[in-house]
This record gives sequence, structure tokens and C-alpha cells, in this order.
Amino acid sequence: MRHQSPVAALVTAAAVLLLAGATSAAAQESHIGNLTGHAASGKKLYRRYCVGCHGPDGDGNGENAQWIDPKPRDFTAGLFKCRSTPTGSLPTDQDLFNAMSRGFVTTNMPMWLPLAAQNRADLVAYIKTFSPRFATEKPGTPITIPPEPAVTIDGILRGRATFQKLECWKCHGPTGHGDGPSASTLTDSKDNPILPYNFAAGLPRFMCGATNQDVYRDFMTGLDGSPMPSFADQLQPAEAWDLVHFLRTLQPLDTPEALIWRQWVATHGSELKPIGPDNGGK
Amino acid sequence: MRITRIAMLAGAALGASAVAGVAAPHNATGTVTGVVTYTGTPPKMKPIDMSKEPTCAKQHATPVMTESAVTGPGNTLGDVVIYVSAGDQGGGTAPAQPVRYDQKGCQYLPHVAVMEAGQPLEIYNDDETSHNIHPMPKLNSEWNKSQPPGTPPIHTTFDKAEFIPVKCNVHPWMHGYFAVLNTSHYTVSGPDGTFKLEGLPPGKYTLTAWQERFGTQTADVTITGSETQTVKFVFRATPY
Repeated sequence: MRHQSPVAALVTAAAVLLLAGATSAAAQESHIGNLTGHAASGKKLYRRYCVGCHGPDGDGNGENAQWIDPKPRDFTAGLFKCRSTPTGSLPTDQDLFNAMSRGFVTTNMPMWLPLAAQNRADLVAYIKTFSPRFATEKPGTPITIPPEPAVTIDGILRGRATFQKLECWKCHGPTGHGDGPSASTLTDSKDNPILPYNFAAGLPRFMCGATNQDVYRDFMTGLDGSPMPSFADQLQPAEAWDLVHFLRTLQPLDTPEALIWRQWVATHGSELKPIGPDNGGK
Repeated sequence: MRITRIAMLAGAALGASAVAGVAAPHNATGTVTGVVTYTGTPPKMKPIDMSKEPTCAKQHATPVMTESAVTGPGNTLGDVVIYVSAGDQGGGTAPAQPVRYDQKGCQYLPHVAVMEAGQPLEIYNDDETSHNIHPMPKLNSEWNKSQPPGTPPIHTTFDKAEFIPVKCNVHPWMHGYFAVLNTSHYTVSGPDGTFKLEGLPPGKYTLTAWQERFGTQTADVTITGSETQTVKFVFRATPY
């Protein structure tokens, strides 16, 4: 060792430290873009901003939890709704960062965007310490989302047929009002009642993001911890995009999809079979 | 498969004999039989209303009953998993033979599917309706996948021993279990509460009986050769 150059010695020492601390270091850090978050810093922030709902043990049993619905996320379960990764796998640091920054519209989880990005990255690192899964398991590989094709009426009609065939209407309802035959019976993984998304709600209330890419991810990764399964095994990417475009037509908004759809329905609406049981839908 | 299992266990028995110095015939394996009963009052099973899913409702001439406590004459309990929880000297690797789980008539068949940790599991949708298969483990990873009719079986496995409730979100009456065990010595009690656990090499065992509502009961048993021992499990049943 004495004859080793200082640089080599440093590199060796660093390698040893890295190997020894690899798993535990990864579990104490987050990496989002250029940012590195640290759990130790996140802990102080958590005490200030998060503990009231998510609880000192991160299990969702903060003192506010009894008054709010839906309940705060239980981080100890390692189960997260809004991910870019396949069902059953952990979210990436970016997924957690995005969920925290965006908040969950219509719930008591605020949009934490006003916190500095470094603070949010530190919080992500701390939140990961609540579940042993993050120490032993790597996040899933984010799904590939191919570029969105142009919206066409044929694509929307294919998406409508998919909505019928994959029986989305059984929960989401034939017109997407969240009133399907199974809607009132749904419970989340903690046995709390939960409602399926109502596409006809006035304002877009997608909890995992409001872009078309976010909607694509919702049904291709499934919303773990909720009744919403992954349809990744059933849909090719082109079919998935068609479904996204159809889902946009269910919303009372002037999206490009909705405008094309309404124009077509005005002249061809009578050709459509209603979605629902008895092989409805076109 | 049975022949292979006996061959495997004979091998394990050989090994056990060699280690323990027990003077038993080389191929000797014992059997534990018995019946599972309860005291107290179990919940009443209720008929399931499948009218919201006519393609399933029509498969049952009379409505099927809920299955959280399968009772029989003589206060017996069915669907109880009996397995070796201590004393197992068996080999380490899980069998390659997959366990099959069917969604048929909007029911899970079998109600409790028993498998070893790491053993392949194949889930089939035999119905005309979509199901989503949603196991809810605590130790293994929770996932939720849609399975439309006519699609291939889902292949999966669970790495950690655990009793996992399974549900379908679309059909809220569907409840089942995956019993993932660390032993190859297990059985499930029949509708009349009886069970027969074969292929136990000589040794001292603790058997655990698990019922989805009433928890667990244990019993100790010692096998010396190829005899049959009788064990009783009695659960305390409550209506809620």
C-alpha cells in the first residue's frame, strides 16, 4: 500500500466504501435528474410538512388521517399508485418526485411544487426509508411509451371497441361516469371504499397527471393499491394510444379528440351501438 | 407427479436417517390423518348474487355460497391448510410442476391454492367475462392484472412464504387464497373436514392448521417409521 500512488489508494478506498455502502447508500438517497436527495435532510422536512397526515412511522396514520378520505399513503407498504413502472414493481425516484410535486387533485395531498426541488428530492429519499422494499429491490424498468400518433376518428372508434372488449365499462360505466355495475363495490387494498375515475367530471381530475402520456401509463402500469389493474399484457402500444384518444372523448372538454369525435357523431352517431353488456359497442 | 414426490421424499428420508442415526427402513414414510373441527358458532355462509354478471350466474343452477368457513356435519371445517411448520428436513428447491388456479363461474377454484415458495403458478380465466387477478400479499409484491376471456394463463410465482388473499375487483364476491409455504409436506382438509398428510420421513414435526377466518392451530407429532398417526385440530369459531 505504501508504494501505491495516492490516486490509486484513493480509488481503492472509494471502491471499497462504495461496495460496502452500496445498498444502504442507495436506500438513503434519491436521484432525480441532476439532483441527489438525502434522507437525513428529508427527515427534518418530513417532520414539518408530512407527518400530520402520513404519520411519524410513515404508515399513513398521522393525526389528520382519521378526518380525511381518501386516506394518506402508507409508505411502509411500498405500494404506489402513480408509477412509470409495471404493476408489482417499485416506482422510480422520479415517479415519487412527480407525485409529490403534482399532489393528488381532489384529495388532501397538496401540490408540493412550491417546495424547492432539492427539498422534494430529500423528501423522496426519506420516504423510501419507510419500506424495506427499497433497500432490497430495484425500481421496475419504466415502460416504453412510443410517440403519440395523430388523432383520427378510426383510432377513436378502435379505442371505443377496446373500452367495450376489455370491459372498462364494468367499473367506469358505459359513458365513463364512474357508474359501472361494479363501481359501488370497489375497495382499495386496505379495504377502504374507492370510486373509479369519472371521465365525465367537469375538470380533469387525473390523479397521476393530466397529459395523454399520463393516461397511457395509468392503464398500462395499473394503479397499484387500487382496483385498477394493468392492461399491459392485453394492449399493443398502438391500441393503447387509440384507447387514450377514445377516453378523451368521454370528457366534457374541447380536446382535439373530443372535437373530432363530436363532429363525427353529429353525422354518424346513429351507427353506434351503446357500450355495455350484450356485446354493445361498435 | 406422486411417484416423483415419493422418490424425492424417500431420498430425504435416507438423508434424515443418515443424519439422525434413526434405525428406520430406508423408504419408510409415515402418514398423519385426522379431522378438523370447531367449537363455538361460525358465521353463516350466504348465497352469492351473481346477477350483475349473467355469464357467470347462468353457470350455477343454484347460487353458490360464500366460502370463508366451509362447515360440515359434526362441526367439521373444510379448506383448512395443514402443513409442516417445524421439523421439515426436505430438499430446498421448489417443484417445477406449476400449481393451477382457475377463475370459473366467477369463483376461484380451488378456493385455497397451496404452493411452495418459488413454485410456478398458472392462473386461468375459464369464463366469458374479464377478471382482474389481484393478490394482496404483505411480504411478496402486490400486483393487479387484467385477464380477459380467451387470453393465455398468467404465469407467476411468489418467493416468500405467506398466506395471500386474492380478489377480483370487478366481481366483489370473488375471494380466494394463495397459501405459499416453505415445505413440501402439506394438505388441505376436504369438505368433510378430513385430511391425510402422507410422505413424512421419520422425525419430530410441528403441524400447523390454517383457516382463513379462525387463525391457526398447531399439533406436534413424531413419526418413527411407516405408521399412521392421528391428529385432531379444533378451531374456535366466532360468527364475526
